[in-house]
Amino acid sequence: MNGMKSTVGLICVLAALCLPTGLRAEIKYLDLTNPFIRKIPMAVPVFQATGPGDAAVAQVSSFADELQAMLEFSGYFKMLNRGSFLHDPQRSGITKAAINFLNWTTVGAELLITGGIQIQGDEMVVELRLFDTFKADLLVGKRYRGTEGDRRTIARRFSTEVLKTLTGNSGFYDSRLAFVSNGSGHKEIYTCDFDGANVQRLTQKRSITSFPAWSSDGKHLAFTSFVNGPSQIFIHNLGNGQEVHVRHKGVQIAPEWLPGKFELSATLSFTGDQEIYMLTGTGKMIKRLTNSRGIDVGATWSPDGKKMAFVSKRSGRPQIYIKEINTGRVHRLTFEGRYNTQPSWSPKGDLIAFSAMGQGEINIVVIDVDGNNPVQLTRNQGDNEAPSWSPDGSLITFSSTREGKSRIYVMTAFGTDQRRLLAMPGAQSHPKWSPNTLY
Amino acid sequence: MRKNIWLALALAIILPTMLLTVSCAKKQVDTGTMAPEPAAEQPVAAAVVPTDDADAKARMEAERLQAQEEERARMAARNAFINEDVYFEFDSAALLPMAQNLLSQKAEYMRAMPGINISIEGHCDERGTDAYNLALGQRRADAVKSFMVNLGISASRLETISYGEERPADFGQNEEAWAKNRRAHFSIY
Repeated sequence: MNGMKSTVGLICVLAALCLPTGLRAEIKYLDLTNPFIRKIPMAVPVFQATGPGDAAVAQVSSFADELQAMLEFSGYFKMLNRGSFLHDPQRSGITKAAINFLNWTTVGAELLITGGIQIQGDEMVVELRLFDTFKADLLVGKRYRGTEGDRRTIARRFSTEVLKTLTGNSGFYDSRLAFVSNGSGHKEIYTCDFDGANVQRLTQKRSITSFPAWSSDGKHLAFTSFVNGPSQIFIHNLGNGQEVHVRHKGVQIAPEWLPGKFELSATLSFTGDQEIYMLTGTGKMIKRLTNSRGIDVGATWSPDGKKMAFVSKRSGRPQIYIKEINTGRVHRLTFEGRYNTQPSWSPKGDLIAFSAMGQGEINIVVIDVDGNNPVQLTRNQGDNEAPSWSPDGSLITFSSTREGKSRIYVMTAFGTDQRRLLAMPGAQSHPKWSPNTLY
Repeated sequence: MRKNIWLALALAIILPTMLLTVSCAKKQVDTGTMAPEPAAEQPVAAAVVPTDDADAKARMEAERLQAQEEERARMAARNAFINEDVYFEFDSAALLPMAQNLLSQKAEYMRAMPGINISIEGHCDERGTDAYNLALGQRRADAVKSFMVNLGISASRLETISYGEERPADFGQNEEAWAKNRRAHFSIY
């Protein structure tokens, strides 16, 4: 299956090369069928201080670096080295009229970002512009007003504008990740920004606390904890810090919110068999979703909330199944391998990521919702588990033991650009990407 | 597990041996005091009292030793009950013959000790994913509980809890360690 996929990919690449070069003039910004194969070369020169005083001058380089790093995180762009730039930062300007685009096309930049900073007292005004260098066109320009402390927020906002202009998606720059770390001596829940910055600790239960899950408005986080005895589901209100827990006997596992609703699914075993149930956001029972002897666990929902993928042992080994909620019809998704678990439905609706255990490793695989074209994204890199999609479906976060201790990693949806997100004392696991609504 | 069998065996040998030793001592005391009796009336009266006294002392000593042995046996049985775990094969909650034998012994212990209630913990090895392992651990605990209920132990005395792969007994990364972690563990509460 994998061999076939790469052969098909190779043929596509060769076919693309054979196309007439006339296509070059009409630049297709991002081919969303695989935008990461050919990254767009982008230049982010040092910003300019557009007002009097030295305060802005101190920021011109670091602010440009910050924005560049943020855009690079998306995986769409190849950032050009400033050492190769031809322009003279003293002479050229930041507006379309003041730019010699030939300086940029010559060094291979197809996209250019310029920035101007003005600081007067407490107030900072920033102008950011994105240009298409070949068309000599301004694609998007914004002016932001705030304080120096708003720098990261401004970088995030403009990065969102860049992605929206080029892909049509609202991206992930306003999202956070929740994850588990045991550095305190116990497994607790933490959160951080999309790029691993601003880590905050959420729980202090001094027990085993895990399986974070974001509600689709980003206002609640569900998780499980052993603090009261057997594994129990808690629902934490991020606004006021209040918590309720689900009151059913037996083990409670793997809460997952329904898209767009204040409801969640979870595996409960109070009947003696592990089944998946639908609960309200306050932990009250709505209905039962699975009905088969044996383990049913780990539900993930399609973005329209009409289908649920889950793990079931009904055929003897853990495999992933899909249930249509309206018709009740259940069909099997995974047929390769003997142990497929931890499904995660892409917010774009077309793909499901999961972890496959075999040959002594656990690896992340992505498959069509029809069950076709499974693609293994990790190989010979320790155990890779618990995939979770970015809100725009372009990136996947997962845990990996390739360095020894379990760490949080991020990669593109096609498996490229695999890199560690952060490293804290202890081991980190169970990353869960929030919706893009946290800021 | 082996250690406990040896301990039980050792006690099984020592226990009766000690009982025999005690009864021998008793006999000696008897013959000792019997001798002066036929000598004289008063000496007889005097002799009778020391005989009962020594007799009672010996009996108390025997009882004390026996109680000590019984206590030791009780502790051994209790330790075996708590420390001997039931083991499972990978990704399975099925009770193998050895597991079933062990559970029968544990059921006997619970019948003999009607006052105790227990918690059955289900555990898994670290391979596999942890939500699934939490469910599997629960199935292991439930399988053990069903078996005990079938043997006549009241369900109200048996709580179950799953720890999945969260509390391994052995942190090694090899089959030997994993086999020790795929277990159901009893604890008395």
